[in-house]
Amino acid sequence: MAARAPGANADRPDVPALKVGAGATAITATTHLDRTLAIVFVIAALALPFILDALGAGYYLSLASRIVIYAIAATSLNLVLGYAGLVSFGHAAFVGLGAYATGILVSEGVVGSGWHLLATVAVTGLAALTIGAISLRTRGVYFIMITLAFAQMLFYLANSVKGYGGDEGLNIKARSVLGFGAFAIDLKNPLALWYVAVAVLGASLLALARFGPSRLGRAVLVLRDDDVRAEALGFPTYRLKLLVFVVAGVLGGVAGALSVNLQGYVSPNVLHWTQSGTLMVMVILGGVATVWGGLVGAATLLLLQEVLAAYTEHWEFWTGWVLLAVVLFARQGLVGLLGSARRSVAERR
Amino acid sequence: MSGVLLIEQALNGLQFGLMLFLLAAGLTLVFGVMDMINLAHGSLYMVGAFLAAWLVGLTGSFVLSVLGAVALTGMFGMALEAGLLRTLYARDHLSQVLATFALILILNDGVKMVFGTDLPLSAPAALAGPVELFPGFQYPAYRLLILGVGLALAVALYLLVQKTRMGALVRAGASNRPMATAMGVNIRALFTLVFGIGAALCAVAGALLGPLLAVQVGMGENILILAFVVIVIGGIGSIRGALVGSILVGCIDTLGRTGLQQVFREFLPPQWASAAGPAIASVAVYVFMAAVLAFRPQGLFPARS
Repeated sequence: MAARAPGANADRPDVPALKVGAGATAITATTHLDRTLAIVFVIAALALPFILDALGAGYYLSLASRIVIYAIAATSLNLVLGYAGLVSFGHAAFVGLGAYATGILVSEGVVGSGWHLLATVAVTGLAALTIGAISLRTRGVYFIMITLAFAQMLFYLANSVKGYGGDEGLNIKARSVLGFGAFAIDLKNPLALWYVAVAVLGASLLALARFGPSRLGRAVLVLRDDDVRAEALGFPTYRLKLLVFVVAGVLGGVAGALSVNLQGYVSPNVLHWTQSGTLMVMVILGGVATVWGGLVGAATLLLLQEVLAAYTEHWEFWTGWVLLAVVLFARQGLVGLLGSARRSVAERR
Repeated sequence: MSGVLLIEQALNGLQFGLMLFLLAAGLTLVFGVMDMINLAHGSLYMVGAFLAAWLVGLTGSFVLSVLGAVALTGMFGMALEAGLLRTLYARDHLSQVLATFALILILNDGVKMVFGTDLPLSAPAALAGPVELFPGFQYPAYRLLILGVGLALAVALYLLVQKTRMGALVRAGASNRPMATAMGVNIRALFTLVFGIGAALCAVAGALLGPLLAVQVGMGENILILAFVVIVIGGIGSIRGALVGSILVGCIDTLGRTGLQQVFREFLPPQWASAAGPAIASVAVYVFMAAVLAFRPQGLFPARS
């Protein structure tokens, strides 16, 4: 495996078997972070604000930040959905909880020293532990429905909490301040928010790339492909699934905390099932069980919407057609498509 | 809560439950027989409602418009199945989610292009008033009509599935599709028809509920999730389960909204009571589903042997 072409293993011949009763597939996942891509990512992350400034398009930084925040959420979902094969249809629950935890604290005047981060991690971690512990007792379609049910419960709960905006949502004036003293970073500064967001995304991608080939990652991929066999081999499948579910929930919550800092606003809509659906669409569009899938999917979907919205009022209509085309013609998502294109170029040489 | 109010709310719950059943019936068959997650099922409900509202504007007749909307939506459903959804049956659930989510976007915006974001639709004037069911108890005539149509369609569908040859084939498919195919049942062709009937039933629900709720883009999205809850409670693929699940969900939702509000009013300030009632009623449906899944993971009436 030493002379592996970069990105070649993104081209997987098999589609993850998530349908109940489908046969076992080989252990697959893009497990390494392409070094060139990683360098491009770091340079782009550092330079983008300056490039946009130089082009006189500084206002696009907020769009870029939104993409990065969605990419964090989608990447966290990819961990559950792609790597562990658990089709969670309620991931918006954690993003929304994170957004509300931070939003409520800021609106109560608690701004500094990373309390939000702590609260977000505690709230989303606890929620993911509870929801996961119950949901993971079911499987297949029932898991999809029960995770959806929990997210819907939180959606209606958020609608009814009149003290924090109810169905109208919650506006916050201040933003989180991370760190203290001379090292305090106020997320009110768009540049600070951008760098914090890309740092979180970069760390997540790196962790995901390390996770794939690790012992833990291999174990998770085994149970995704055949959890009865994994259990027979002595893997603690339930605890592994719960671990992945909680880690992904917390990361989703961090994305939510960042998004409320970006927009200064959180409403029950972040918990609506269509939001969970959008995150799923991003993952599937980008590439299930690939390191870059979440980022590619989030960037593609949001940029597509942005570009289409500039030309037509009916951007949703055309976005739908593009997504349909991806389902029908790019079965392994865009990362898979790019991987196979690169490989076919390499073969022709 | 007074007895009269209780009866009224129970009837409302039954009526909403029966409309939910019209959506859930098609959804459970698609899910149970074809193992297909169709998120766009709620969009057919929306399409049906918009077609009915549009036809009322053209013809002026409510009955004709509902019938026309049902026929058109049924044909649209069959075209959709034959043109697109059919190719998705063999794909994994994730592809189905992506494709049918895309369909929601297309249909939502498509309807907006053709009809605008909402259309007015009101109950026929003859049914606008209340009817006295027994001395001292009045019930809106239009809601009574919905109740009647819902009951009639539920019975018809039950007979179709349980007593006809076509129904037997559909049940065979839900129980064990490869076996049914091996015995010579042409599930594919049968299913285009089943999907068309499911779409037509969605249109009935959309057109009848239109005057009570609102005919607007996105109206299918919340009711779709309730329909999914229904079929999970009832057992995926089971028409009987869908009927029982629908009525349970309809009653829990409706009685919870008003009943809990009354209870909360006793010990909460009014603005909290009016907000907490609906919220907790909405949550109650999902708690109920989680409880059913915990004790009977296959639903109340499992279709698969």
